[in-house]
Amino acid sequence: MAIVPLSRIACARSGDKGEGSNVGVLARSAGAYEFLRRELTAERVRAHMQGINFGPVKRYEADNMLLLNFILADSLGGGGSASLKTDAQGKTHGLAVLRMELDVPQNVLDETPPA
Amino acid sequence: MKLHDAVLIANGQGFWGDSLLGPIRLVREGPLHYLTLDYLAEVTMSIMQKQRARNPETGYASDFVRMIDRVAPELVRKNIKVVANAGGVNPQACAKAVLGVLARQGLKGVKVGVVEGDDILGQLDALMAEGEMLANMDTGAPLASVRSSVSSANVYLGAFPIAEALSRGAQIVITGRGTDPGLVLGPMIHEFGWKSDEYDKLAAGTVAGHIVECGAQCTGGNFTDWQRVPDMARIGYPIVEAHHDGSFVITKHAGTGGVIDLSTVGHQLAYEMGDPKAYLGPDCSADFTSFRMRKDGADRVRVEGVRGQAPTPTYKVSIAYENGWKAVGQLTISGPDALAKAKLCAEIVWKRLELDGCVFAPEERMVEYLGANVCHAGIGSAERSDPEEIVLRMGVKGMNKAKIERFGYELVPLVTSGPPGVTGFAGGRPHAQEIIGFWPALVKKTRIQSKVSIFES
Repeated sequence: MAIVPLSRIACARSGDKGEGSNVGVLARSAGAYEFLRRELTAERVRAHMQGINFGPVKRYEADNMLLLNFILADSLGGGGSASLKTDAQGKTHGLAVLRMELDVPQNVLDETPPA
Repeated sequence: MKLHDAVLIANGQGFWGDSLLGPIRLVREGPLHYLTLDYLAEVTMSIMQKQRARNPETGYASDFVRMIDRVAPELVRKNIKVVANAGGVNPQACAKAVLGVLARQGLKGVKVGVVEGDDILGQLDALMAEGEMLANMDTGAPLASVRSSVSSANVYLGAFPIAEALSRGAQIVITGRGTDPGLVLGPMIHEFGWKSDEYDKLAAGTVAGHIVECGAQCTGGNFTDWQRVPDMARIGYPIVEAHHDGSFVITKHAGTGGVIDLSTVGHQLAYEMGDPKAYLGPDCSADFTSFRMRKDGADRVRVEGVRGQAPTPTYKVSIAYENGWKAVGQLTISGPDALAKAKLCAEIVWKRLELDGCVFAPEERMVEYLGANVCHAGIGSAERSDPEEIVLRMGVKGMNKAKIERFGYELVPLVTSGPPGVTGFAGGRPHAQEIIGFWPALVKKTRIQSKVSIFES
């Protein structure tokens, strides 16, 4: 096991979704996807993003894309033109999630080439 | 076109404000059959309604007309067809302007198709009288509660009216509000003769449209591993090589910058995604978990096996309404002690406003210390350090315009009556701007009639 940032084993893209944002986390390998499906729960993302998102977090899975899709319900300070925030569209939320530190098994790291 | 030939459908404009070079380079730097362009966002429709109220010849994306002016001879010579939602709330006026450009350039006999029927602002009261609640999809509230503030109302139409315009010979198709993927799906329906119940194929076109609808966001733009994206200045915009069976390849012109691989395409598939099993559109419900993706050579990704289902009996309606006012301003504060001084500045602003009887509730006001971890608040350690400088960004919102304007008077005075090192007030005093609220709703498809007209230069 080694503690690494999520970006070591996954990529991400985020954008606005009404008054919240979505963060798609794309695993860099099938092994990383299996590990993240177990470990990267909606609750864990909610706790990591608590300075940004003030609502619940829901997770969807798309195995064909090695994708875990998280919906952050209240992360834009109102959303649309009602937001006063710099990042009113949640463009930076993907990189925020990728900064999460995770204890990743060595075999997953071995199987997953870095960026 | 023979059935086994691929149809090349590009997207050259991901949003209103995207680079002008996208569409121009797509036309010039390689083969192409269709050029699609997306100009509309929810807030755009509301702004365009206001423009049109002042001048009935406006209310569309004027950038589009300028783009056509630059590439019209090449479009005609190469017989590249254009599909754009540049019509905004006035597609007829947009078509008239495009026909004017074609006439000035001596390009005769070019057919311009117009798709209308999405704009239901004038029908709202009749629809409500007929029992359409147009309830807010998020809150359940009926539209009647904000009816007097509504500034625009547009249905997301599907791709079949676009296909109809193409089948009637249009080289340029101008629409109002429709779905973004529909701009790409429309040409496929026209080329391959897909029927309205061939849901797998319609879903395939929808997935392809979703991948390319944000332009360079699938070719290496806004990509996690940006260090490995070559020549981003000359980034290629995406092209769908579409086949009659619904399979397709995402690619770009040879020699352009950027990257297309499983990761860059995967990034865009995840963009603005909700439930990947049920991507709802007016023509079908697409299952984004159904297909297979594989690399098909350099800068080529093949997608196969997309599955879809029947659409719902309703259209989504995007309604905009006036929902108060906001003002945002900023100052730059240098070190030493930049963060401490910025925090003092913010306190001073709220206190001075209070001294004048102007109090904002916590949910009506916002302070950001840019440079001290705003975007990733609560993550990392930047806030504990002392940055060399800070941009202090403050904002307020509320229903009372005079109160929002009052806020704008108290930011710039900090330059002479606050701590030292306050600068960067070049933007001057912040002013009240309108907040446009969004009201997503549904309307029965049977109540909506789309209309296609063809004009000729």
